[in-house]
Amino acid sequence: MTPSSDLVERVAAGAVPAIGRMISRAEAGSPEARPALAEIYRRAGRAHIVGLTGVPGSGKSTLVATLTAHLRRAGQKVGVVAIDPSSPYSGGAILGDRIRMADHVCDAGVYIRSMATRGAMGGMARAALDAVDILDVAGFDTVIIETVGVGQDEVEIARASHTTIVVSAPGLGDEIQAIKAGILEIADIHLVSKCDRSDANRTLTDLKQMLTLGALTARHAEWRIPVIGLSAYRGEGFETLMAAIENHRRVALETETGAQRRHAIARFRLEKTAENLLVERFTRGARQVVEPLADRLSARAGDPYGLATELLEQALAPQHEPGAPT
Amino acid sequence: MSQPIRVLLAKVGLDGHDRGVKVVARTLRDAGMDVIYSGLHRTPEEVVTAAIQEDVDVLGVSLLSGVQLTVFPKIFKLLSEQQADDLIVIAGGVMPDEDVVAIKELGVREVLLQDTPPEVIVSTLRRLVAERGER
Repeated sequence: MTPSSDLVERVAAGAVPAIGRMISRAEAGSPEARPALAEIYRRAGRAHIVGLTGVPGSGKSTLVATLTAHLRRAGQKVGVVAIDPSSPYSGGAILGDRIRMADHVCDAGVYIRSMATRGAMGGMARAALDAVDILDVAGFDTVIIETVGVGQDEVEIARASHTTIVVSAPGLGDEIQAIKAGILEIADIHLVSKCDRSDANRTLTDLKQMLTLGALTARHAEWRIPVIGLSAYRGEGFETLMAAIENHRRVALETETGAQRRHAIARFRLEKTAENLLVERFTRGARQVVEPLADRLSARAGDPYGLATELLEQALAPQHEPGAPT
Repeated sequence: MSQPIRVLLAKVGLDGHDRGVKVVARTLRDAGMDVIYSGLHRTPEEVVTAAIQEDVDVLGVSLLSGVQLTVFPKIFKLLSEQQADDLIVIAGGVMPDEDVVAIKELGVREVLLQDTPPEVIVSTLRRLVAERGER
């Protein structure tokens, strides 16, 4: 096994097999890879991170493919982290986002990585941000994160990306109303896909009206959220989208709002990583002590809160740490 | 916790039938593996690039069109150019017995033909990955 520390220089040189292996190590989450990931994090920070989210079937993967083509034409190297759900039953996953990105597979300026959520909530995979850093260090200028097809409150992407794009598809008119308080709030850029369809205007209008209602209490004076209609089929709307992304990149890098955003991203990353470490530690410890407590709860020899407090204390006790004497 | 086995299932060439490979994808998913499906009509170059970017443990190529003696030499040439010799390559589909022998000589580790029971596919992949060990 190649030590992870040996991979860092090869990642920085842009070696594709090293990038692939490093992302796998990050996904595995083994302590062995942590010093290497720390070095990666120290060197990262150049790439523009674009998050793309939307309901299942809204056209995210197709958009990523077409957007990638436009970014390539503008001379950028593009990394893509495409996330699909893991089965809650078997833990397995079918990762199908690559199918739509077939045109870019052999372009050395494009790197596509599929990831499964593996139980992570919020539409992201636990190692997605590590993968973004790795691609950043490997010299990719823009890294696009495509979330799983989301429902209403998978908004984590907005706390991890510099620019968040929310994709809506026409024909979901009623749902637009229903998810008003959900993911539509997180967009820096609203996209309506499939604008070759006749009902797309309705969706565009709905979104614009929603934004007008919110304009009175808008959070950011520097940025007016655009609503852009797109047709990947006809190739329409992408110049507007490219300009919007470039403008927002400037806002994200140069304004006070952008500075606040970057601080919020760091804070979210910190809290999320701590949460993951805590869950990992709890799960490992709980495995060894949960059964007798569950028996007591089942026999009503204790109450859920009382026993849960006991479980927490026992599971997080230091003797369950790896390397502790048993 | 051990990591799920990562598999790239690929259709190469002009073969347009992917019902079988989708059944295999579903079987492997239900066995807890991460399965990436390439879609139809891929070239050997695309498949090898995808396998390396995705850092999969296993590349499974499904063929119903009889081009195995053209496709596999190309795949192994590309893999050795990329120094990705630790990738486990398997084949599935329908092909003559003498071709099975020929592609195994090229480096295909197992050939799972049309009458292979799903649980044998799963156990074969698990065995091959276990034999390879950590990487």
